[in-house]
Amino acid sequence: MTPALGVLVAAFAVAIGLGVWARRGHTMSLEQWSVGGRGFGAIFVFLLMAGEIYTTFTFLGGSGWAYGKGAPAFYIICYGAIAYSVSYFLLPVVWRYARERMLVSQADFFVAKYDSRALGVLVALVSVAALVPYLVLQLKGLGIIVSEASDGRISQAAAVWAGSAALVTNVVISGVRGSAWTAALKDVMILGVAVAIGLYLPWHYFGGLQPMFEAIERTKPGTLTLPAAGMSPAWFVSTVILTALGFYMWPHYFAGSYTAKDESVFRKNAVFLPLYQLVILFVFFVGFAASLVVPGLVGADADLSLFRIAKQTFGPWTVGMIGAAGLLTALVPGSMILVTAGTILAQNVYRVLVPGASERSVSLLARALVPVVTLLAVAFTLRGGEAIVVLLLVGYSLVTQLFPACVVSLGRRPWASAAGAFAGILAGELTVLYVTVSGASVAKLVPAAPQLVKDLNVGVVALIVNVAVLALVTLATRRAADRMPAGAVAPASRSA
Amino acid sequence: MTVPARDPARSDTTRHPPPATRRPLYRWLALLPAIGLLGGVPFANRVHPYVLGLPFLLFWIVAWVVATSALLGVVYLLDRARDAAERRASQERPA
Repeated sequence: MTPALGVLVAAFAVAIGLGVWARRGHTMSLEQWSVGGRGFGAIFVFLLMAGEIYTTFTFLGGSGWAYGKGAPAFYIICYGAIAYSVSYFLLPVVWRYARERMLVSQADFFVAKYDSRALGVLVALVSVAALVPYLVLQLKGLGIIVSEASDGRISQAAAVWAGSAALVTNVVISGVRGSAWTAALKDVMILGVAVAIGLYLPWHYFGGLQPMFEAIERTKPGTLTLPAAGMSPAWFVSTVILTALGFYMWPHYFAGSYTAKDESVFRKNAVFLPLYQLVILFVFFVGFAASLVVPGLVGADADLSLFRIAKQTFGPWTVGMIGAAGLLTALVPGSMILVTAGTILAQNVYRVLVPGASERSVSLLARALVPVVTLLAVAFTLRGGEAIVVLLLVGYSLVTQLFPACVVSLGRRPWASAAGAFAGILAGELTVLYVTVSGASVAKLVPAAPQLVKDLNVGVVALIVNVAVLALVTLATRRAADRMPAGAVAPASRSA
Repeated sequence: MTVPARDPARSDTTRHPPPATRRPLYRWLALLPAIGLLGGVPFANRVHPYVLGLPFLLFWIVAWVVATSALLGVVYLLDRARDAAERRASQERPA
């Protein structure tokens, strides 16, 4: 066993230990397991939300994109800042509603707002479909970290299996509480590691930040700005807007907000999270340094850049520490994803199919589904393929489609009808699927459009389709309802 | 850590202003980052001048992220002051 691998195994053991310790004194009902009994204070919620922001994606994908693409990677620091501004207003409203009605999942929110279980099932299926690529991304990161830290002696596939087993154990035992504690450990490590190597590498190899960037501009001109076509400013702005809207539509962030014990938690967090996410800047520095020091990684292999430069620069113990930080960045979001997916499928699909299901069977099923979802993700991971950022963008375009129906429901009565929300989401998702499978872009769909329009993120098209269908179907159902006698349209009782 | 028992008397509808309250203007501050950050990207899309060792585009983005925190901080403080004023007002009103 290499020293690096030893450090990794220790980090794993600590994470699982924390998970077991975190559950003490709590009986694991579905409410405890999924939303921590709604008793988390500002720091825990901060760590959960931030813990999910610094995922393997930021660590390996962020450096990978800075390495492979340059300036387009900057979008990663932008969307968070905008999403937090949105969260300042959005989350307190969501939280208040969820608490009054004891909701445990994101789909519950739609069910209650629109008084439609069918909509709940659709939202549940969409969110699980989006969570799978997100989980695949974490497992892929896990595989990369372990196999790089063991100098290839442990294959990526073996690492993915081992990591998944650890993940499942942790999640089934302690649910969201384990995640919160592991997130605390993880954030300390990732902050330390990212800032340290992000500053060390540019100074060590180039004598400072500006000299490094100047060297990049000399060897690869244009890397530090957005190109005029392709990933142009139009692409950049549309991608940031789409991801910022989708950000809190992730079922695990959305339901993560239910863990808070009061709503001031979100306001405080919204103030500090933008600063906190500047850690990603240091991850970019690593990627940029690597692009000159260890060139030649192409395509999805760019995700390896952080480890390649670390191994070339540091001794095995330091590499082990970096690996351990990376490992935790995969474990925390991984377990949040699994808790969420299990909860959603049990609560919003199973309960609808089996109306008489007992509280206990739903709670057990939520946990039993964890290994099932994990196996599915392992299968996708081992099939190989896309770079980490690409996987994330696919997940994002799926969840962003929930935004219009969510936002118009925030008032006292939703503006859209349940049928409108259902049709809008469905149309949006089908567009996303078509676009993803066919590899379409706006340029291909509308070849005559000006360059500015051609470069728009293709998710914009799906969102426009979604909003249009939502509005049309809502108006149509309203008109149909108006023609019926007054007694027939009394809204179903909405007990508060 | 203990889970606090739910207190029905502290229901949120009583702690928060009724929806009829006018939305304060200062909340629009929270929209500034989106406008500055994204609206500025086409113009800030350049390498020179370097600021704090960063190429200009990256500096622009980082500066706006810091400004986001500052602006949300201002909104938070104003909101808190407003909530406190409202609580006082509702306490002074005879029940």
